Amino acid sequence: MTTHDSYASATDTTEGRVYSVTGGDWDSLVTEIGQTKEERVVVNMGPQHPSTHGVLRLVLELEGETITEARAGIGYLHTGIEKNAEYRTWTQGVTFVTRMDYLAPIFNETAYCLAVEKLLGITGDIPERASEIRVLMMELNRISSHMVALGTGALELGALSPMIFAFREREKVLDVFEMISGLRMNMAYVRPGGVAQDLPKGAIAKVRETVKELRHNFKDNEKLLVGNTIWMMRTQGIGYLDIAGCTTLGITGPVLRSTGMPWDLRKTDPYCGYENYEFDVVTTDTCDVYGRFLIRMQELEQSLRIIEQACDKLDKSEGQPVMVADKKIAWPSQLSVGSDGIGNSLDHIREIMGTSMESLIHHFKLVTEGFRVPAGQVYAAVESPRGETGVHLVSDGGTRPYRVHFREPSFNNLQATSAMAEGGMIADVIGAVASIDPVMGGVDR
Amino acid sequence: MSETIGMFGTSGSGDTSGFGGLVRSAANVGSSERPYGSYFDEVTDELERAYPEFSDAIEKVIVDRGELTLHVKREKLFDTAMKLRDTQSLRFEVCLGVNGVHYPEDKGRELHAVYPLLSMTHNRRIRLEVSVPDADPHLPSLVEVWAGNNWHERETWDMFGIIFDGHPGLSRILMPDDWPGHPQRKDYPLGGIPIEYKGATVPAPSERRSYQ
Repeated sequence: MTTHDSYASATDTTEGRVYSVTGGDWDSLVTEIGQTKEERVVVNMGPQHPSTHGVLRLVLELEGETITEARAGIGYLHTGIEKNAEYRTWTQGVTFVTRMDYLAPIFNETAYCLAVEKLLGITGDIPERASEIRVLMMELNRISSHMVALGTGALELGALSPMIFAFREREKVLDVFEMISGLRMNMAYVRPGGVAQDLPKGAIAKVRETVKELRHNFKDNEKLLVGNTIWMMRTQGIGYLDIAGCTTLGITGPVLRSTGMPWDLRKTDPYCGYENYEFDVVTTDTCDVYGRFLIRMQELEQSLRIIEQACDKLDKSEGQPVMVADKKIAWPSQLSVGSDGIGNSLDHIREIMGTSMESLIHHFKLVTEGFRVPAGQVYAAVESPRGETGVHLVSDGGTRPYRVHFREPSFNNLQATSAMAEGGMIADVIGAVASIDPVMGGVDR
Repeated sequence: MSETIGMFGTSGSGDTSGFGGLVRSAANVGSSERPYGSYFDEVTDELERAYPEFSDAIEKVIVDRGELTLHVKREKLFDTAMKLRDTQSLRFEVCLGVNGVHYPEDKGRELHAVYPLLSMTHNRRIRLEVSVPDADPHLPSLVEVWAGNNWHERETWDMFGIIFDGHPGLSRILMPDDWPGHPQRKDYPLGGIPIEYKGATVPAPSERRSYQ
């Protein structure tokens, strides 16, 4: 052990040993800095910064106010969901993956369930009503997710009022989620084979009413931001990324569509029956933050259109099953929403506990052990609010996944931070990151 | 490939159910036969035409559940990727990342890397799969081909310990920089830190009794 410390020298006195702490040798530091010609400052922004859209850390190298190098540091929200899913049944996996991108839980669930169904080979057996409910929930979720993107994006650039309106609209959507699934977020509502339960009475009427309200209220935010001079000065020409950059970086979603590329998996590779809905793929050709903002604004209206069509379809399919007919896969119990949230329906409890031994065995086997999935691997993808959410599943033939991997659009798109921010001003990096709309729960998983 | 014995995670205990005698093994999937169906024949034909070393580079072609998987030798991965991206009739201009899978029982091919590719031009998807032995986990980096693979390769290194040669800055991305081990490998326990409560130890989820 060394006893010498240049910053805390010790002397022995009659009172005992005395340490004198002198601190840094500032004089030599100051002369050293005075000798370097370039003025280079490294700013560490985040992970606890209100404008970085979550626990994102940005390491920015500055010359004056111009960014010469931008690097993103992630991993602060890593929770090991993919590893955990390997120790649960295929159905339990839904409750894990829904927590990845926590602003778009229904998309995570649907992507995961589509992959499980593909592995099982039952993609064609999913009841139409289940797919219709999935579409309805996904589009509602797209609205609530875009509302956060727009609200916080504006907030981060200093526009406070849009956030109030955006969260008001989001609350309305979450109310619908609560009515249908019992939960506002992370619902685990979409299950392999269908959905957890049918829509409760009055849900369609509530959705229709909400659509009417939302369509009216979206105008508030439009008035605040579209064409607003300050907003346009902060967003136009900022965070530029053209189609070549997007392709090589694998960027999808609104960022890709802001280059004029009409790439939307709902059109190019339809799933859940999206080919039966009428809607437009919104694009702009400005490649900047303003273009992405406009896309999100207009996608809200497209989502409302899809929701209305889904409501019409759901009216017609009233009473049809919402879970695959195969009893070896379908979740045995019928759930119901009670005063304390979602739970087993009393009728089902009565049956398994009071009348049928076989029902109890069936319930017990399927819930604790789960179903087996034939060995193999698949990739399934959906168009989430942020781009392509892809799921790569590997099964070894057991009741638990061998490997669950999410290709998270937030994770992938966040790589564009450097390309968008370098050469720009430090204030513009905020707008650039907000336009990517990363959700750190999805980035870090 | 893998083999599991029993059903409840028990061995040597008083298993009265009879399930303890069950032996199941997952079959190794062989190469698929032509015709592959869909656009898969066209894609393989075009790749064969554009890439003379095709038969040497591709170990096997698997068509399963409507998806095409090309198993590539790691020495040829970079060339294959370049051909897939640049050939006019293929144009796989987007790579959707890298995913590692660990098969400890597959001796000499323990670590797999899976690359889902997307061609926006032709609206087609295929998958590349490469395997490397655990003792020599080196793969060529594809960041030069698809820049977006940067973070995905870092994640695969972080989680599986596959080293991507030629990567511009291969460092951990999700785990802390000084973390020991690669968490997604099968020999890495879930909940590596045991929880103690008043003298009783709670086993990690991977150690608990469960169905297999």
